Amino acid sequence: MVSVKPESWLKVTERGLYCEPGDFYVDPHRPVERAVVTHGHADHARPGNRAVLATPETLAIMKSRYANKAGDALEPLAYGEIRDIGGVKLSFLPAGHVLGSAQAVLEWRGCRIIVSGDYKRRSDPTCALFEPRPCDVFITEATFGLPVFRHPPDEDEIAKLLTAQRQFPERSILVGAYSLGKAQRVIALLRNAGYERPLYIHGALQGLCDLYRDLGVDLGLLKPVGDTPKAEMAGEIVLAPPSSLNDRWSRRLPDPLTAMASGWMRVRARAKQRGAELPLILSDHADWDELVQTLEDVAAPEVWVTHGNEEALVHYATGKGIRARALALIGRGEEEQEEAPPSEETKT
Amino acid sequence: MRVFAELLDRLSYTPGRNAKLTLMADYFRAAPDPDRGYALAALTGRLDFATAKPAMIRGLVEQRVDPVLYGWSYDFVGDMAETVALIWPERPGANRPPELAEVVERLSTASRSDSPRLVEGWLDALDANGRWAFLKLITGGLRVGVSARLAKTALAQLGDAGLEEIEEIWHGVTPPFTEVFAWLEGRAAAPAIDLRRAFRPLMLANPLDEAELENFDPAAYRAEWKWDGIRVQLAAGGGEARLFSRSGDEITQAFPDLMGSADFDAVLDGELLVARDGEIAPFNDLQQRLNRKRVTAKMLQDFPAHLRVYDILFDGDEDLRAQSFDARRLRLEAWYAAVQPARIDLSPLLGFGGWDDLASLRETARARSIEGLMLKLGDSPYVAGRPKGPWFKWKRDALTLDTVLMYAQRGHGKRSSLYSDYTFGAWRTGEDGAPELVPVGKAYSGFTDEELLQLDKWVRANTTERFGPVRAVKPGVVLEVAFDAVHRSKRHKSGVAMRFPRIHRIRWDKPVEEADRLPDLEKLIEG
Repeated sequence: MVSVKPESWLKVTERGLYCEPGDFYVDPHRPVERAVVTHGHADHARPGNRAVLATPETLAIMKSRYANKAGDALEPLAYGEIRDIGGVKLSFLPAGHVLGSAQAVLEWRGCRIIVSGDYKRRSDPTCALFEPRPCDVFITEATFGLPVFRHPPDEDEIAKLLTAQRQFPERSILVGAYSLGKAQRVIALLRNAGYERPLYIHGALQGLCDLYRDLGVDLGLLKPVGDTPKAEMAGEIVLAPPSSLNDRWSRRLPDPLTAMASGWMRVRARAKQRGAELPLILSDHADWDELVQTLEDVAAPEVWVTHGNEEALVHYATGKGIRARALALIGRGEEEQEEAPPSEETKT
Repeated sequence: MRVFAELLDRLSYTPGRNAKLTLMADYFRAAPDPDRGYALAALTGRLDFATAKPAMIRGLVEQRVDPVLYGWSYDFVGDMAETVALIWPERPGANRPPELAEVVERLSTASRSDSPRLVEGWLDALDANGRWAFLKLITGGLRVGVSARLAKTALAQLGDAGLEEIEEIWHGVTPPFTEVFAWLEGRAAAPAIDLRRAFRPLMLANPLDEAELENFDPAAYRAEWKWDGIRVQLAAGGGEARLFSRSGDEITQAFPDLMGSADFDAVLDGELLVARDGEIAPFNDLQQRLNRKRVTAKMLQDFPAHLRVYDILFDGDEDLRAQSFDARRLRLEAWYAAVQPARIDLSPLLGFGGWDDLASLRETARARSIEGLMLKLGDSPYVAGRPKGPWFKWKRDALTLDTVLMYAQRGHGKRSSLYSDYTFGAWRTGEDGAPELVPVGKAYSGFTDEELLQLDKWVRANTTERFGPVRAVKPGVVLEVAFDAVHRSKRHKSGVAMRFPRIHRIRWDKPVEEADRLPDLEKLIEG
């Protein structure tokens, strides 16, 4: 039995999701006095907040990206620790999205709301596994909220990559992967598959790869593409941010075979728009089955859906007797899916 | 099926020709018989089973999936087979995934009532990529950017046989081509084929670049009319005769009238036409005879078939293809004089002095209801495929009309997020005396990728109404449309239909009021 109405104390505002009794925002869209940040991606962790509360890993990522703009007061809160903010009990649970990513668990007057941020359910060698916890309201993303999105096993996608690498020894295999999370995950998955050759990386990935390593994620031998002679990269795997794939930068590689690691690669038209010759369906977001499984696991009688294909997940949840509604949060999932391919900054 | 599905998946994303060849050759080397043979058949359009109807597949998926979620998913994905492949609820371990050969062999013998159950069972057993490849396979049309010729080029990499040798036996062998693989891998001799009535790959022409004409010596070339029919090959011998379309599909059954006069021993290359008392009828008349399995006596009477021959490949058992065009022409004329078959005549060689002379002749093509001219080097042997150089087609100029964009529709596949199919109209006077637009055609090509993005943006900003994937737009853009011909049509509201319309130019500069009128288009109707 819920003692207070959830929407009476957690509200959608222009600046983002606002917890009134605690006077803080979760993943605010614009600078605020006090922010709780679920993970380091730029559409969730923005610069310029005064106080920022996040996991130590997320704070490290924010410092690495924003330097002194990361926030005036950075307050680490490890998974499982509890902080009382104006009577609201706040804690973090692993979200399995990227290193340091967390679900924010908010409890006030007997009502528990979980803001899951972005999440996935499958295991990822670079971050802690998602932990489901029962709650009164579960706030979920729906980036891949259509039943056509079922990400295949990671090993299959990595096998595709390795097959191409063997098949085209004269070309470099250029993998587009978002610089926070995806790039390190692709590297770690390749290592798990027994790939021991050096991996060549674009300069923009260096900082975060170093940070991951400092935080204890083993990535093996990485070499900067930088001044490496073109011929040396034939038959090698190279990683770069997606924006560099069709950029002049890629001309320094021998006849690159462009691979793109993203959940959007599941749909052929999207993959073709991206110009990927080797689409790799690797996502850090829950696929449809994982979304549905999570609703079951957290057993929340009420679900708020933030960004992505909200309508389909709301439709599904309603059919299962769950009270479900779409939250129109500014700054996430702004782009109409049909109109344009999602920018890599917000969705990978 | 899994390995074949992987091949299709990779091919569909691979733009480079050489990379495609590598992928196919690797597959042919690694896959076992008879799977690889059926894969080859699929890639070359040689599979022979009644394709599954999209409605049947939709019916299957709607029993398994919430139709609302299916609808939204289809809107997002933009392709039925792909949507079904992705959305089909997985049943891991439900069945053993089928091999490609099993799918092809069972489907080609299954009755119509059995096939839905078969399809359903396979969909349960396959993974998403396997389902996609399977559905593409059974609904016809793989569309992975591989021509039959490219697939055969990859096949040639298996052994020492050249592409030409493969082409030579191609129409005498059938899926799963095990004897072909055995031959290519050096395990057996070349398949023995009865070549007399087999299809020989055609020699094709390239479009002429007019700027290059001055580099050519007019005396070295022969000119013919480019007839407005369809290219066919008639192979007759030993009391039997076959008619093939340009791609080698057999169409003998549909033309008993013409085949009745093929009582000779030769292989001829020519144009299939409809002719009444030696008078060639418009292409529209020929169309009544095309794509039909059966013909009625009335059709035979109303639209009599005719063959206008321009080349001879075999005279009796003698292969003339290595000889020059001029030598073959002499043989053709001699053969014709001796045999004098009914319903068959020769395409005349056109005399001309220089290129200007020929250009003026081409100017008369439209008035004669002829598509243009063919130019052939007098010393050219008959070479399969489309070699660069010896033969050119020099089509008559296209007609153009300034029209107004009325509706735009989202494309499919790669273009599923773009409004890329355009319906355009011409002005006419409405019943109330005010000018109104009436649709006169639809086009989805002729523009650059950049122009497509501009048009797409303009369509989104100027939409007045939406009907599913179609948007009506306010009159605001003039499209200069090029088309080959226009004829009367009862099926179209405007009463006319264009042939091969494409966007020639986007006239952002031109006010829509100045676009052309329907009577301007009607004036261009031939005959």
